[in-house]
Amino acid sequence: MRYELRFSGVGGQGNMLAGMILAEAAIYFENKHASYVPTYTSQVRGGPTKADIIISDNTILYLEANSIDYFMAIHPRTYDMYKSDSKPGSIIVVDMHMVQVPDEDKKKFKVYELPIVETARNKVGNVITANIVSLGVTAKLANIISPESLFKAIERRVPPKFLDLNEKAFEIGMSLVK
Amino acid sequence: MKRAVVANGNEMVVEGAIDAGCRFFAGYPITPSSEVAEGMARKLPKLGGVFLQMEDEIASIACAIGGSLGGEKTMTASSGPGISLKQEGVGLACIAEIPLVIINAMRGGPSTGLPTRIAQSDIMQARWGTHGDHPAVALCPGSVAECYTETIRAFNIAEELRTPVYVLSDAFLAHLSTKVELPGKEELKIANRLRPTVKPEEYYPYDTRFGDIPPLADYFSGYRFHVTGLNHDKTGFPNIDPVLQESEEERLINKVLKRQEAISTYENYKLEDAQIVVVAYGSNASGAKEAVDAARESGIKVGLFRPITVWPFPSIPFQEVAASAKQIIVTEVNLGQIVYEIERIMLGGRAVTEIRNGNLIFDTRHPRSSAELSTVLQANGTPIRPNQILSQIKEVA
Repeated sequence: MRYELRFSGVGGQGNMLAGMILAEAAIYFENKHASYVPTYTSQVRGGPTKADIIISDNTILYLEANSIDYFMAIHPRTYDMYKSDSKPGSIIVVDMHMVQVPDEDKKKFKVYELPIVETARNKVGNVITANIVSLGVTAKLANIISPESLFKAIERRVPPKFLDLNEKAFEIGMSLVK
Repeated sequence: MKRAVVANGNEMVVEGAIDAGCRFFAGYPITPSSEVAEGMARKLPKLGGVFLQMEDEIASIACAIGGSLGGEKTMTASSGPGISLKQEGVGLACIAEIPLVIINAMRGGPSTGLPTRIAQSDIMQARWGTHGDHPAVALCPGSVAECYTETIRAFNIAEELRTPVYVLSDAFLAHLSTKVELPGKEELKIANRLRPTVKPEEYYPYDTRFGDIPPLADYFSGYRFHVTGLNHDKTGFPNIDPVLQESEEERLINKVLKRQEAISTYENYKLEDAQIVVVAYGSNASGAKEAVDAARESGIKVGLFRPITVWPFPSIPFQEVAASAKQIIVTEVNLGQIVYEIERIMLGGRAVTEIRNGNLIFDTRHPRSSAELSTVLQANGTPIRPNQILSQIKEVA
């Protein structure tokens, strides 16, 4: 089975790192095939970014995502730019304070509108954890990587002194999905 | 023993270079090749090697050429505008016969173009970018794993032929991370340049008594010799004798042409009974493979010809494939480069196996192709998708 995920937003939000962590979780802790393709512009911060992750039980030939099962947008610009590859009926998660999802999209996709950035800022206490909140949401919604594996992959990537903060972000992220 | 790692194309280039024995890197960072410099900066000092970030791309390639003359296996890496700047150095490495590996993570152009986006539009630059008659070797890895193996092969060819060799990856492959299986280190074949066996006072840097690829002494090892970008004689000093220069120019090119069967590697994928042949290379070939697989499922007899070495182009194997094909589809992430080579071969253009006294010696084993030619080209900064290739296959089937 081939499962495609796309994390998108603007440079500086950490969406690409979240994508990398997800791919690493699949490879290192679930023994699956996975690939990670980042796309960004010349602008370091503020430019549209996306990370495409493909997870599969078999070898992946073509490594660009083009039939997305799970799309996450933390910025209105990237919602419009990158949603076109989403499969009908697939999952779309947006930050409710940033992205206005048109009604027609709500009919076409399973849309979740969540306060991701606000949760990172106010409940976790640090806005830079928004990408880990996103991973918590993904662990719950995408049902492709277990939360345990995903957290192990987070542990590999974050500095030890920020591990508690990230664990909190991950758990709060999971609790956002009811 | 095989090894599995998670890495991107740039990181695999670094691993390949290190395992090939590269201990000197000079470069200037540029997207999407920067991680090559970053990786070399991290690794080389620990191995007793040298990493130098120079003031620009021209200085970088000049420095890498110097490092190679000093006896090290050397590499530089760049993209787009940086590779344009390096062309002067490429020519110097060709005529002075200095082994050198040049990594080009291709991005959209011309000029600064699309820095973070994929292109395969430097294929002709790799052949003809520097001025003058010169040899060209360019390898085009099709996967992250091949970024490793082809970089090693590039060093081997550079060392054995005393010539610069390009590895043409692209922005997609450079930044794509995935799990890769690498050959065990004990399986690797590592070549080293021929060094002189004569005494220093009997040594000439372009002495063809030892074959068409003269031994190269390391600087500062007691062998004194002159290096210039001017045409020269066996001593390395300038010489304009037409008889000598004709044979020397031909030797430069022939050292690659005469070895092309070994250098010009390719992959035949599902071609046994194929009436439609897709030609694709580099990362674009993975989408082409998926399209071929999908078309096969609906009963279309189609296969893929994938040049791994783009220069010298594997013309003879391609002629063989093209002779029995009805349709040939060339797909590349540019607005048409390799397609001109393909068309030339289809129309009866034969492989040149040697240049002898001003005459091109052609390989005449295979007839011309009567297939129809079509293309799937795209230069918008995004990869070509399998369904684009699949619809063209269906169109001509």
